[in-house]
Amino acid sequence: MLSDSSTPVIALEHLVKSFASANAVNGISFSVAKGEVVGLLGGNGAGKTTTIGMIMGLVTPSSGSVRVFGVNMVDRRYEVLHRMNFESPYVDMPHRLTVRQNLDVFARLYGVEHASDRIRELAESLDLTEFIDRPAGQLSAGQKTRVALAKALINDPELLLLDEPTASLDPDTADWIRTRLETFRTRRNATILLASHNMAEVERLCDRVIIMKKGQIADQGTPDDLIRRYGRTDLEEVFLDVARTGALQKGEIR
Amino acid sequence: MSLAHDTFSGFSINRVYALVLRYTYLLRSSWPRLLELVYWPAVQMLTWGFIQVYIANTSGKAAFAAGTLIGAMLLWDVLFRSQLGFSISFLEEIWARNMANLLMSPMRPLEFVAALIIMSLIRLAIGLGPVSIMAILFFGFNYFAMGLGAVLFFINLVLTGWAVGLAVSGIVLRHGLGAESLAWTVMFIMLPLACVYYPVSVLPDFLQPLAWCLPPTYVFEGLRALLIDHTLRSDLMIMAFMINVILLIGGTTIFMVLLQKARAAGSLLQMGE
Repeated sequence: MLSDSSTPVIALEHLVKSFASANAVNGISFSVAKGEVVGLLGGNGAGKTTTIGMIMGLVTPSSGSVRVFGVNMVDRRYEVLHRMNFESPYVDMPHRLTVRQNLDVFARLYGVEHASDRIRELAESLDLTEFIDRPAGQLSAGQKTRVALAKALINDPELLLLDEPTASLDPDTADWIRTRLETFRTRRNATILLASHNMAEVERLCDRVIIMKKGQIADQGTPDDLIRRYGRTDLEEVFLDVARTGALQKGEIR
Repeated sequence: MSLAHDTFSGFSINRVYALVLRYTYLLRSSWPRLLELVYWPAVQMLTWGFIQVYIANTSGKAAFAAGTLIGAMLLWDVLFRSQLGFSISFLEEIWARNMANLLMSPMRPLEFVAALIIMSLIRLAIGLGPVSIMAILFFGFNYFAMGLGAVLFFINLVLTGWAVGLAVSGIVLRHGLGAESLAWTVMFIMLPLACVYYPVSVLPDFLQPLAWCLPPTYVFEGLRALLIDHTLRSDLMIMAFMINVILLIGGTTIFMVLLQKARAAGSLLQMGE
């Protein structure tokens, strides 16, 4: 099933994920339109990673539905997996393989045509050339992140899921990564869902922000709208307000 | 619906090739890994070979002179290492924390299984090829001289190895690395029951029906029949094959069901060391 331009790239409805007795995700609904960059914010254990896992089809929802490009990810995810990709600090790439070998394997898995040209292109745009024939395990944290991003972009995805893409990076490298993501988004008109704890990053990259708390959506809006409604100067203060005192009621302005 | 979709949706040879490429890159990157594939089979073959020579010389038993011990040892290694080769390639993904990358790619689980089977064969060829030649040079035992019997024994044993490998991989997917030691130990449950080095008649009566539930039992009985009586027992090979088909269906089902359960438990996202 192909999606038309009006179909949301991501559509979650009443999504619930329970582990043992706790609900990691508790009835959330939201959609993300084509070309939109949405930030998923929340403290540790808010349910961001579980939500992304369900969107990727790696975690089965307890109830509710997850659709990507109009396709149900529980039943038919293989119809759309070639159109999406992801990066997460919880996932690594084989350490003993060189960067080129790793990218070669993933290019083939995603059915990328002219794989060597694509790898060369990514190596140049993400500055991997210098270490492309070194084993992935011998790279610095910043280099590994660039390689992980190259893997996430190998199939030129229409949908990119990023789970804390700049976690543990120095400010300069993190800024460099954000610039590359902006370039990619503009060139590809890609849809990006970004889970992050870095509020400056979210303010810079995201059109819209969804704040999660205890598995639910506490609030959402554009960064400017949230900052204005909470009477704050930046998103970090909004985040702290939501985390410590709770979200505003609908229509309320602080 | 989801299990059927996971199991039977479009199969791609190119993706299987991509995975095989990944494992061969890994093997080529480390000579100790290659050496390890040959080391234990060689040590075992020499040990059992010399024991066989000693027994044959002191007891004069024709069975030992016919190479039953070396033959059994080589076939046991086919069984053990086909399962180990399958399981180790699978575990490499978990050790590398790469499983989520693979499972979120368009790769189908059955393509993954196909690649693990191919790697099992490649690892077997690397490990047992030189050892088979050593058996000829040191002890005059030529596995390949068994002709069709050698092929049938091999096929039946690798099928059992893959069925067990599938079940072990499914258990590791669901329960994580806490279950990884099964990859090295589970096959040894079969060692006494499959009657590798002695006939089934040696077992107590109550254990014999259990032994006949295992395909390798038929293979090792068949090996002795071929070496001692010079008879290829096709009835034994057919029985072994039929039980293997059941085991493979069972192993695949266990793998797919436990993969589904791992998705439900949310354990695929952060699987690794």
